[in-house]
Amino acid sequence: MLKYLFSKEDDIPQGTAAIFFGISSIAWFVIGTGLGSFNAAKLAFPDLFHGLYSLQFGHMRQVHVHAVIFGWIAMAFAASMMYITPALGNTKLWSEKLGVWNCLLYNVGLCLALALLWSGVTSGREYSDHIWPIDLYIAFVMVVPWSLNVWMTIVNRRTQGIYTTNWFFAGCMFMTIIVFLIGNTPEWLHLTGLNEAYMTWWFAHNILGLLITPVAAAITYYIVPKITGNPLYSHRVGHLHFWSIVVFYSTPAAHHLMSSPLPEWLKSFASVEGVLILVPAVAYVCNILLTMQGRWALFVENIEIKFTITGVLLAIPLNMQGGFQQTRAINWYIHGTGWIVAHAHLALLGFSTFAEAASVYYGMQVLLRRKLWSASLANFHFWMLLIGFSLYWTSMTISGLIQGAAKIYEVPYVDVVIAEHPYMIVRWLGGTMVFFGNIIWLYNMIMTARAGDPVPVGRQPAEIAYTR
Amino acid sequence: MAFREYRIGCWMFGFALSLSMFVTIILPGLDISSMSSTKIALEKQLTYGWETGFNYYDPFLQGKDKPVKVVLTKDPMTGKAIDKTDAFVFPAGTHFPSGLTHDGILGDDVQKASEELGKIGQADEAQGGVFLVRSTADDVPYIEFATATKGWTADATLKAADEKLLAGSGKTMFVREGCWWCHTLLPEQTQDWQSFGRPPLVGDFNGESPTTFGSDRKAPDLLHVGSRNSSREWMVMHFFNPRLVQPHSIMPRYDYLWGDVDADGNAVDLPGWDEKYLAYARGESIYPPAVPMPAADSEARKLIDFVINLK
Ligand code: HEC
Ligand code: HEM
Repeated sequence: MLKYLFSKEDDIPQGTAAIFFGISSIAWFVIGTGLGSFNAAKLAFPDLFHGLYSLQFGHMRQVHVHAVIFGWIAMAFAASMMYITPALGNTKLWSEKLGVWNCLLYNVGLCLALALLWSGVTSGREYSDHIWPIDLYIAFVMVVPWSLNVWMTIVNRRTQGIYTTNWFFAGCMFMTIIVFLIGNTPEWLHLTGLNEAYMTWWFAHNILGLLITPVAAAITYYIVPKITGNPLYSHRVGHLHFWSIVVFYSTPAAHHLMSSPLPEWLKSFASVEGVLILVPAVAYVCNILLTMQGRWALFVENIEIKFTITGVLLAIPLNMQGGFQQTRAINWYIHGTGWIVAHAHLALLGFSTFAEAASVYYGMQVLLRRKLWSASLANFHFWMLLIGFSLYWTSMTISGLIQGAAKIYEVPYVDVVIAEHPYMIVRWLGGTMVFFGNIIWLYNMIMTARAGDPVPVGRQPAEIAYTR
Repeated sequence: MAFREYRIGCWMFGFALSLSMFVTIILPGLDISSMSSTKIALEKQLTYGWETGFNYYDPFLQGKDKPVKVVLTKDPMTGKAIDKTDAFVFPAGTHFPSGLTHDGILGDDVQKASEELGKIGQADEAQGGVFLVRSTADDVPYIEFATATKGWTADATLKAADEKLLAGSGKTMFVREGCWWCHTLLPEQTQDWQSFGRPPLVGDFNGESPTTFGSDRKAPDLLHVGSRNSSREWMVMHFFNPRLVQPHSIMPRYDYLWGDVDADGNAVDLPGWDEKYLAYARGESIYPPAVPMPAADSEARKLIDFVINLK
């Protein structure tokens, strides 16, 4: 990598930035899920590893969250954008050199940011935990150069139209910058009180809704047609998806604070808008599943499609939960319980991660021009992720329902803690499976780069997956 | 861009996003900002000071730049007995909460009363001073700058205090140690009244930052924990090792907040304590080892002050 930092733009092979981002994202995936599994162990057995004071749960929780969101998810997005955007524009990335620098400074910044959170230097706001100097760094050194690369590649495209995926990429990067700058106003302007609490969740809601889910969806809009060879079922529906994300997904922030004393009109408004999130959700899921028409065999045969479509299928319960759990009728029961943790992992570890894993698998093979080193290990990774996630989701959903019931019947809290204990253990086991699966993935990818069979010019990795 | 449609699309995009932000930021912002402070909000501001998360004056979250809450039973100036009074002491240089330095935080009536009756206009961060929370005859709460109205200086008040609560610094520990990943500070409006007490009102937060409501509850709500349980002895044992008082607790041990020496000046020996504790857990001794009392300037003491002060 270092040698490309100072080479001329023309000397850097196409796809270099994407490869670096891809490798980094997998490494952060291993680190992030390892931390998650460690935290889960602490919640099941608080005295396990006692004496490791530097790894306190209260400090490590936000390190896990930011390692997986900024390390794994965002870097997998960067990797995907840096090879998909040029491919769809029939051109090269605007600047590979900027991309390589971007990747280096991204990793450096992330290490610094996580080290600060680890030592307890935090703003005290969930999801915007980073302190404002780090926020500035993230916005202007990590995200703006990345966005610039995406936008300029689209502007310099050699196709006439812009495909849906690129619409999403361009729009979501813009919205992410705006959300980042405005969502951190509590820190820039020292907002206080309910304004601060509300803006904290405005940020959290919009960063999830305008970056993490739509970009994952945009990736599947590329992967599925590309690998199945079917055209996207409907571009119109794709546009419905895009516009309804912009209009409906950017408004329900207050539904995270339904039980707080925010103005009642705001909570009702948020709750109605929240149900309308089902519009982009249904449009999206139908569009992708209908694109699969006639090619469902690939769901079994092809690893990228297996990941992508599993992610899309997981988006169905995700959106059904999301649309309804924030209405007053349901929210009072499950608010602040493990149910929400299960939901968060359904979105991030279920839907989003599966989509990105597919795109990183695919991108690495295409860019390295090498076939996967081992398809069996990739399948093993898939099942570890899926089974591990299912254990996680099921156990946390059940424990959330227990907490909800305990809330109504005013059960002394420690009895809830006792009742949740078995589920905490299952969550830990499930999460650990995900972690081990990822180690296998990292190994498989390194071996692919080193020893994978070359993909002949003009062929797709998917076509030759089973030829020896 | 080439296509006219894309130009129109960009305008539509900008319009949609701006409209969404107008409805979800400007309108709620105006509405929330128009809410007047309650007495609780005034007390919280004066207890927690300017900012509790990362800030210039306390970059490593050590609990610096915080006021001290004191309980008085005699007048610091005259020494005469007075009714039990809570006073908030800002040593010279301590930064004031937003409500004292910015208009539009306290709410119009509260601000007016604080300026006219409370003389907060005379307060100056460089000099420090003492504040009280009062109510007018029509029940409007206001802040009184006791240094101006009664001549109570910061030093004299600290000296005359019966009890000092380092609850402001304690909140810094609460934020830094991530207590809010398990505990909430927000009894819900629907079901929590009986177990965790009164949910907060809209004006209870003016000037507080961060509010650290917490979102995933894995443990009891703490907003009114001081009313349920105000035993310092229990808190000391519970923070040192929650399993001493609640064998099933999943709360982490906070024994490292004791620092190097305890209240009696003896070194705190955590590994040694653990060894004895394990022997007790194996049934080799009848009693668990005694928990050292935290020193007056230890982080544990500050945290306990914060928790006890959550009434
Ligand atoms: C891993 C989650 C977790 C973390 C982190 C945590 N706690 Fe707890 N806490 C619990 C649980 C569970 C209980 C209930 C069982 C018990 O009494 O220990 C509890 C109980 C309490 C109680 C007694 C509540 C009551 O109703 O009597 C207090 C006070 C408390 N915690 C304060 C804190 C503070 C202060 C911190 C941060 C330094 C903290 N806790 C961090 C889980 C946690
Ligand atoms: C890509 C994968 C993952 C992502 C994106 C992710 C994301 C998150 C997020 C966003 C939260 C905050 C949830 C909330 O506030 O409601 C969280 C919490 C947590 N995650 Fe993960 N996670 C992932 C994988 C894992 C794994 C593999 C484990 C292992 C068990 C794990 C364990 C935890 C734990 C223990 C918490 C704290 C939950 C709590 O406070 O109750 N996560 N994670």
